[in-house]
Amino acid sequence: MDFSHNETRRMLADTIERYLRDKYPLGPRVEAGNSDAGFQPAHYEALAELGVLAALFSEDLGGFGGEGFDIAVVFEELGKRLVNEPVLDSALVPGSILGLAGKTDALEEIIAGAARYALAAEEPQALYDLTDVETTANKSGDGYTLTGTKTVVKYAEGAAGYIVSAQNDGKLSLFLVAPDVAERRDFITSDGGRAAELSFTDAPAELLLEDGAAALEDAADRAIVALSAEALGIMQTIREMTIEYLRTRKQFGVVIGKFQALQHRMAEMLLEIEQARSAVINAANALGSKSGAEKARILAATKYSIGRIGQLVAEESIQMHGGIGMTWEYDLGHYAKRLIMIDHEWGDQDFHLARFIELGRAA
Amino acid sequence: MDLNFTPEEQDFRTEVRDWIAANLPEEIARKVRHDAPLTKDEMERWQLILHEKGWLTYSWPAEFGGTGWGPVKQFIFEDEMARACCPRILPFGLKMLGPVLMKFGSKEQQDYYLPRMCDGTHWWCQGYSEPGAGSDLASLKTSAVRDGDHYIVNGQKTWTTLGQHADMIFCLVRTSTEGKPQEGISFLLIDMQSAGIEVRPIQTIDGGREVNEVWFTDVKVPTENLVGEENKGWTYAKYLLTHERTNIAGVGKSNQELDRLKDLATSQKRNGKPLAEDPLFAARLAKVEIELMNMEITNLRVLAQAEAGGAPGAESSMLKILGTEIEQELTDLTRRALGRSAQALTPEVDETGYNGPHVAPEGFNNASGVYFNHRKTTIYGGSNEIQKNIITKMIVGL
Repeated sequence: MDFSHNETRRMLADTIERYLRDKYPLGPRVEAGNSDAGFQPAHYEALAELGVLAALFSEDLGGFGGEGFDIAVVFEELGKRLVNEPVLDSALVPGSILGLAGKTDALEEIIAGAARYALAAEEPQALYDLTDVETTANKSGDGYTLTGTKTVVKYAEGAAGYIVSAQNDGKLSLFLVAPDVAERRDFITSDGGRAAELSFTDAPAELLLEDGAAALEDAADRAIVALSAEALGIMQTIREMTIEYLRTRKQFGVVIGKFQALQHRMAEMLLEIEQARSAVINAANALGSKSGAEKARILAATKYSIGRIGQLVAEESIQMHGGIGMTWEYDLGHYAKRLIMIDHEWGDQDFHLARFIELGRAA
Repeated sequence: MDLNFTPEEQDFRTEVRDWIAANLPEEIARKVRHDAPLTKDEMERWQLILHEKGWLTYSWPAEFGGTGWGPVKQFIFEDEMARACCPRILPFGLKMLGPVLMKFGSKEQQDYYLPRMCDGTHWWCQGYSEPGAGSDLASLKTSAVRDGDHYIVNGQKTWTTLGQHADMIFCLVRTSTEGKPQEGISFLLIDMQSAGIEVRPIQTIDGGREVNEVWFTDVKVPTENLVGEENKGWTYAKYLLTHERTNIAGVGKSNQELDRLKDLATSQKRNGKPLAEDPLFAARLAKVEIELMNMEITNLRVLAQAEAGGAPGAESSMLKILGTEIEQELTDLTRRALGRSAQALTPEVDETGYNGPHVAPEGFNNASGVYFNHRKTTIYGGSNEIQKNIITKMIVGL
């Protein structure tokens, strides 16, 4: 047993940490995220240059990592500073699918930070179930056309292409669609970010994977590890902020950390964050070392845990801060919002609890 | 990052498992599995079997006749014992007093008491809590007044687990009322046969008779039974509390209980469907299983830290809270899974002299009793509220 990261990953974490500490204040991030800009492209490119995107893919695919703990290390650091540059949505998720589809050129561009892609998989009626797909594919000459609607496609704006799931003659297939043939309506997300609704009407599409279910599941597994680690990073920053606040804020003539009502809330939060860390370790480990239902069950357990604990940490930290925690000006609220919104990506706590139960019954 | 035990540790686990399978008497294992109370003879019998193998002192260093195992091997041993439904090793002598004597006792005390803890000569019990000193242990009042080469002890201890069987008791007693309450406490070893000691059983809400009151009236204790220095007892007691907490979470026991509960939830039916398929029950069962999965990793993280020589701080308190909450949830779900039959208070089939009906499945005849009994877990060993105080104190530093 060894719960420390190897040298390469520690260096990677240090590199990201140093860059963000020096160059990534929260103000511009909040401003970009809550405007049409969405994020700060210069930071995205800088992260690519630092090797952050390459760390997410295996050597076979042109990267230098790609294991569960590579993903976890990167996203924990990004979470600590509330980075919203779309490393998950524009690189990790589409890159994983394009890699499986043998699109090495596109993946190379992704890793270099030169092109971004977006996955358009979830539909308005589906409530997280990626197999609930009504978008249809029709053969058209040598290729296909797609008709349907995809919802909350993160960071679609500026993508070089959309990866779209569709019903294709009884199969769930994945297609690549050029951005100019889709109708895109962009909006701002609650945690400060960018997303869009995409509609396709007989839009020409290139078949990536005829049987796309396995690739979608693989992307989901990676996304769950990434999001869970990001949430853990956020929780750690909130932890530090709350500790500091309990030590310094005075009421009734004493620091509020002296009050047992708050001490017990804090102890509960601290303990749950340790459980969240264990859940992330479990998932990152399972990504490469487990398979089938066993792996799926661990990932579901982790995403459930992160959803539940994330909500607890967001709510409790705001409560312990009192009024200041409610303000836009103070950092905490922005972290808390992202923590809650993570539960709305790739299946929330209820979705994954149900999945965990279902998988247990099948086992 | 490597979550696996080493091949050597895995071999060790197999060795322990095989040995237990060959040596644990089935009638004892069945009682443990069914949470039925063990007799004194049964507890002693299992400890002697372990003693002959040399594993009773599994947590002791080699220089005192122990196995010299590190935290990981100790954990594996405890985990296998719990999974196989071995009786728990009585902690009072071996895990509590033993380490204190090794660290603070005289050579004579070590030579005399340590072997007698192992061979069954001395059954030890613990005299800490008092009616007025529970969570606030330092306010204890039982007094020991020096009189020549003896102390004269007066007062009352309570919650003395299995004190009815004990030959000896280690006590925290007040030898001074000067200064802070912690500074006037001494650590004294007392023969339970001494004149002036009276043991009165306390019956707990589940009907069990495990804990006792121990009354001291002018009990004469030789001064050589003082451990370490007078008025330093609090330090020794604290050492005891921070020592040996690798298995405080009870992962092995809870995993075993979870397996039992899952089987029960499959065999119990409602409208012809297993209870495990009831959405509300299934959700609670899944939640506690996930908590346990996470806690198992948290426990291994603490263990890896301990193996590397680190002293667990707030993590011990976290594991105590998590472990006991999970245990309680499992006993609650077990009771619920039995439905109406959880009301019955009936002995198991193998308990002598009972000819009445059994409405609950075998092994679950006292599920409500077990549930009530487990309310103690969040109270004892430093209540979970005290653990929360400790966590915040250590991490926030106030």
